[in-house]
Amino acid sequence: MSNPIIQIKDVNKWFGDFQVLKNINLEVEKNKKIVVCGPSGSGKSTLIRCINRLEEHQEGQIVVDGNELSENTKNIEQIRAEVGMVFQQFNLFPHLSILDNCTLAPIWVKQMPKKDAEELAMQHLEKVQISDQAFKYPGQLSGGQQQRCAIARALCMEPKIMLFDEPTSALDPEMIKEVLDAMVNLAKAGMTMIVVTHEMGFAKEVADEVIFMDEGMIVERAETKEFFANPKSDRTKLFLSQIL
Amino acid sequence: MKLVNINKDNFNNYYYLGVFLIFLSIFDVFLNSFFLINVTSFLPGFLSFILPLVIGFVGLYFIRVEHSGIKNLDIINKNINTNNFNAILTLLIIFTIIKSLPTFLNWFIIDATIVGDSKEACTGTGACWTYIKIWLRRFVYGMYPNAEQWRINLSFISLTALGLVGFFATEKYKKYLTLYYVVIYPFISFLFIYFFISGGRIFFDFSYGIIAAAVSIILGFLIPNKFKLYYFLIVPITLYILLKYVFFFEEYIELGMIEGLVWVETGAWGGLSLTFIISFFCLIFCFPIGMALALGRRSDFPLIRYICIGFIEFWRGVPLITVLFMSSVMFPMFLPQDVYVDKLVRCIIAISLFEAAYVAEVIRGGLQALPRGQYDAAKSLGMGYWKMHIFVILPQALKLVIPGIANTFLALVKDTPLIFVVGLLEIVGMLNLAKTNPEWLGFAMEGYVFAAIIFWIICYAMSKYSYNLEIKYKTER
Repeated sequence: MSNPIIQIKDVNKWFGDFQVLKNINLEVEKNKKIVVCGPSGSGKSTLIRCINRLEEHQEGQIVVDGNELSENTKNIEQIRAEVGMVFQQFNLFPHLSILDNCTLAPIWVKQMPKKDAEELAMQHLEKVQISDQAFKYPGQLSGGQQQRCAIARALCMEPKIMLFDEPTSALDPEMIKEVLDAMVNLAKAGMTMIVVTHEMGFAKEVADEVIFMDEGMIVERAETKEFFANPKSDRTKLFLSQIL
Repeated sequence: MKLVNINKDNFNNYYYLGVFLIFLSIFDVFLNSFFLINVTSFLPGFLSFILPLVIGFVGLYFIRVEHSGIKNLDIINKNINTNNFNAILTLLIIFTIIKSLPTFLNWFIIDATIVGDSKEACTGTGACWTYIKIWLRRFVYGMYPNAEQWRINLSFISLTALGLVGFFATEKYKKYLTLYYVVIYPFISFLFIYFFISGGRIFFDFSYGIIAAAVSIILGFLIPNKFKLYYFLIVPITLYILLKYVFFFEEYIELGMIEGLVWVETGAWGGLSLTFIISFFCLIFCFPIGMALALGRRSDFPLIRYICIGFIEFWRGVPLITVLFMSSVMFPMFLPQDVYVDKLVRCIIAISLFEAAYVAEVIRGGLQALPRGQYDAAKSLGMGYWKMHIFVILPQALKLVIPGIANTFLALVKDTPLIFVVGLLEIVGMLNLAKTNPEWLGFAMEGYVFAAIIFWIICYAMSKYSYNLEIKYKTER
């Protein structure tokens, strides 16, 4: 068995008295695409935010690419640089142009020369098809374009893992497709991805495995075909019947 | 109830009548206030008084036609003549302005005196600008000796010129501008003010520095790029040390071969130039301190956080005047006997710390207004605390609080007169001094009007500049 790039063991997390994650166990191997779904408030977002330590877990163990995440982790910035993240609300930096958004982190975190960073950024912007918008500001772009820019920005750090936190939930229906297309291309290129989404079409197309979460627990984890064809738990069946 | 039915078809007749009536009413008030002629004196007192208002009101009523097709008329109707109440307000405002203008103009210009050079020249009922003219030197330079005032002029002109460098910088040098304005420019200003305006023997340190810098820059063009860094690290300092300890031409003063710059102690500085000096340094110092406090107040480390909260709340809780008083009376008590900190320096420190607390709270407001997603995004890209704040958080937060910071800075400039409590007299302090001069009693009004105009010009320039910055950095939409 190959060495998993993300290992999550018995992770528990509380917000005050409320337990958001209960005994989460999850291993993700390299180049696998995992889709996490479930009703809102089930802890999906919290789980993937724990993977790059935007949220801190209180119990258990999370190992990313051989580095354990804990309070003592010194090189948390390095680990984050290897884990790209795309947010529901895009979170582009509104005071910088699209190109600067993409080059900021490579230049200042990876100490890349400005010229190289710009070339790299243009390549990634080309891939998500917004290279013609490179000198505009985020405020001048549509939601779909902004989200694709956010994907390009994360890719510019050349991460090993990409996390997507409901990337299409804040978009108009006609813009969802362009973002999903960009994600499909990325998946086909062989990126390790964990995607929190409600887009079951996307899950069917690219995911290797689907995880269903409810009330902070992983209710079901199965191969994609298996998951949609014959779900085991009743809760999953109910969820699928509502969403499909 | 409509007395006359004015509509689109017949408004032409009423229009001319209306305009005529309005001009009649304004003309009546004009004659009345400027030439003291009461055209309607044959009427009973009250009626004569109220008549222009009635005529003007009827006139405005006549021209009030919706969508008349005449552009200017529509603009007037839309803005100042929408209904009867607004029409009366409009007239009252116009009449008040016309009524008050002559009094103001009489005092300010027509009856004012500017010729002559003594109190006796001011015989009119208007303002005595002679007073300002005679005292202008004192208002601008304070007690700074007349013969040495060229030093202040030269310093201010040079510093203004150096400050304008940013406008002429080409693309190639744009990236160094921040460094220049944040570090180099304040340093040069300090050198100018400390060595040049202050003068004395200490000035020679300054001149050595200038000579060393100039010589090494000129020679620097001959040095290959490869060695430039080492060259500029070593040569200027060496030159400086050589000049200071080997050639030392300080000795020439004692021999009487060169005259040095006269030492002018800070107590003699004053007037507008002191206002500028104090405001300039306080603005420069209070901003970074405030920024650090704002960040510290949001720090994760409880110790830093509580120190910052305590600091901010202390300075916000005490009046500036007591702070200045304490800086001059209490502060020296804590110092060792032989240590002396200059009065002006103490003032600048006190005001800077005081205003820094306000700036900190303004900036904190900006930091809190940023969505959490910005922090998340920056962190997820692998940025640490400082990178995140320098490149992502602060640029956005500071942009948000430009109006608030401008507000604080304006307050700072207008707070500078309070330094009179430690015996430093800037422009308002000099006014108060001049006002009590037995030769020139009774001209306080002119002095305060003069100071008000000066302060207004400074503050308006600052507020305009802040507004320009706001527009310049507006990238959303």
